[in-house]
Amino acid sequence: MSLDLWIEVILKCVVVFFIVLTIVAYLVLVERKVLAAMQSRVGPNRVGPQGLLQPAADAVKLMTKETVVPEEADRNLFLMAPVVSLVPALLAYSVIPLGSHINLFGREIQLHVTDINVALLFILAMSSIGVYGIFLGGWSSNNKYALMGGIRSSAQMISYELSMGMSVIGVIMLAGSFSLVDIVNAQSSIPFVVYQPVGFVLFWIAAMAEINRTPFDLPEAEPELVAGYHTEYSGMRFAMYFLGEYANLVTVCTIGALLFLGGWHVPWPAPTWMSPLWLALKVAALIFFAIWTRGTLPRFRFDQLMAFGWKVLLPVALLNIFVTALVMVLVD
Amino acid sequence: MTEVRTMLEPVPSEPGLRTKTYTLNMGPQHPSTHGVLRLLLELDGEEIIKCIPDMGYLHRAMEKLAENKTFHQFTPYTDRLDYLSPFHNNTTYMLTVEKLIGIEAPKRAQYIRTVGCELARISSHLLGLGTWALDVGAMTVFFLTFREREVIYNLFEMLTGARMMTSFARVGGVAADIDSKIETAIRNFLAYMPDKIDDYEDLLTHNRIWLGRTKGIGIFSAEQATALSLTGPNLRASGVNWDLRVQTPYMAYEDFDFDVPLGETGDIYDRYTVRIEEMRQSLRIIRQALDGMPEGPYQIDDPKITLPKKEDTYGSMEELIHHFKIVCEGVAAPPGEVYFAAENPKGELGFYIVGDGTSHAYRLHIRSPSFISIGALPTIVEGRMLSDVVAALGSVDIVLGECDR
Repeated sequence: MSLDLWIEVILKCVVVFFIVLTIVAYLVLVERKVLAAMQSRVGPNRVGPQGLLQPAADAVKLMTKETVVPEEADRNLFLMAPVVSLVPALLAYSVIPLGSHINLFGREIQLHVTDINVALLFILAMSSIGVYGIFLGGWSSNNKYALMGGIRSSAQMISYELSMGMSVIGVIMLAGSFSLVDIVNAQSSIPFVVYQPVGFVLFWIAAMAEINRTPFDLPEAEPELVAGYHTEYSGMRFAMYFLGEYANLVTVCTIGALLFLGGWHVPWPAPTWMSPLWLALKVAALIFFAIWTRGTLPRFRFDQLMAFGWKVLLPVALLNIFVTALVMVLVD
Repeated sequence: MTEVRTMLEPVPSEPGLRTKTYTLNMGPQHPSTHGVLRLLLELDGEEIIKCIPDMGYLHRAMEKLAENKTFHQFTPYTDRLDYLSPFHNNTTYMLTVEKLIGIEAPKRAQYIRTVGCELARISSHLLGLGTWALDVGAMTVFFLTFREREVIYNLFEMLTGARMMTSFARVGGVAADIDSKIETAIRNFLAYMPDKIDDYEDLLTHNRIWLGRTKGIGIFSAEQATALSLTGPNLRASGVNWDLRVQTPYMAYEDFDFDVPLGETGDIYDRYTVRIEEMRQSLRIIRQALDGMPEGPYQIDDPKITLPKKEDTYGSMEELIHHFKIVCEGVAAPPGEVYFAAENPKGELGFYIVGDGTSHAYRLHIRSPSFISIGALPTIVEGRMLSDVVAALGSVDIVLGECDR
């Protein structure tokens, strides 16, 4: 590889890293503000104009706080678990394209760090590793609430990961590729949500369960488990869980937009340098929907959640694959 | 549930492999125990084997304090019983004292008390519903109910001068009269509130997840509810038609036309619907009380019981003496014992007072509905999941201030 390509890749890594962390930090503020608006409150408005510096204040607070390790906790695992949760969440962005391409300094720059041919599998694999962080954190805390949160989380994520994987198979069959760039380019005229409405709904439900969002936020259900798996965490270790969780929200919303909503393609002609904007708008719409859901719905009970995952989502996902295959064979 | 049990039970064929239950200490510092309740839970996985409520973290020796306070001095303590409906506690307590003395407040005072009590009922049910929905995960309902509670607190501030701890009842009447400004504000509230109740229903009543978390769970049969001496909405949700406002009318409830909502199965969902409907009926009662507000005094005309006007004490010897005696000694009650109970938002709040001829109680006992309700909690949570505990706890609507006294 030539030197300028190296520079390009490293720069892209740095830029993507900062973009993601900034988005995640501000997503916390956005969620609090949107929820506040839905609940006739004001939301954070003390730090900076309209509370815009709140993420900075949170960061300073969390970084300066002590990481308390409980007595009798498994110290090494306890300190490692949040890292295991955050790093895979960020790694997923290495294969997520943020747009098509832009021309800068006379070069055509692709708006993704790398485009591997099994990108989607890579993302699913990364999200599976994230479960270890949550379960190990809950297990090593030496706290019954944390342990229960960890157990709930691993059971929930394993069962919903299956449905999530099954729900995107329809898209893969239509696009004929695991590469996210190929999948997006296959939707240049019609987004896959038109062909795969059931797949989209299944994906969305499974994704919300996968990242522990309401109504599936059982691992950290405050009224039952205090704070779930991160009950004993404080300071930066807690912040890692927190960032990982919101990074996952952005990830699944981006994947949803890329797989089903046509990515950066819009029905009208638009210059390619605007492609990140279209994608961002679609992702923002999905994130808003997730926040809206949180403001509306109560929480499932653990056994109801498992029953829903195994008895409803999985069979429907399998049926969806079957029908997709059948239609593809008949049409061709 | 039985499948889960058999799955978790020890496997005898494999030596060394066994499962055991564990104890979870839920509270007294826990987000959903509504104050300082401690629940000792024996758990098998997520299933509750045994539940032991442990109370007393908010014990303030109220009954003992009552023996050293005059009847009026004890009024602020009743505020701090069920601190979500202080107005109703004051009134129930004063009705008991009046019964001991053998007097009855004038009609206008009874109407004012009724208005305040029903406002307190709505306020209490709103908080109960909000925190309960929050425990089940629907956080928006919590903030919406608190918005409406602010409106009610504003009304209480206009009426009594205090937003929360009203201490408004007096022996033989109320502390102040109601004027047209307050009446207008309350009427505005009556017009504003029904839509808001519909909003809560929109969010919850037909919500699949809410139904899944409440229907068929935490059932008190009518016999069980009666045997556990449940009262109030908890009893009526089981289909037992027992409302002290109707059964033993007090204050001015005979004059009003209202329905007593009843549940059918006695599950958590029924307790929810009963409370929602009770709020609507309370609005009806308030409207009738305002429409039919009689003219006349708001305190009885008895110089031994009610304070004279301040300006009269400057020129009249008798008035000055009466003022001095009431302030220094309090209102004396004849010897005897009396029990009176009223339909508080949480259930039957009863005061048992033994008088010895002085101006304070020889003995005072409080029958608090929350105490009874929390005692009934293990009946409905044992054998259920951990998540059902918080839903059931919210549904019996307890407040620890009243529980521990």
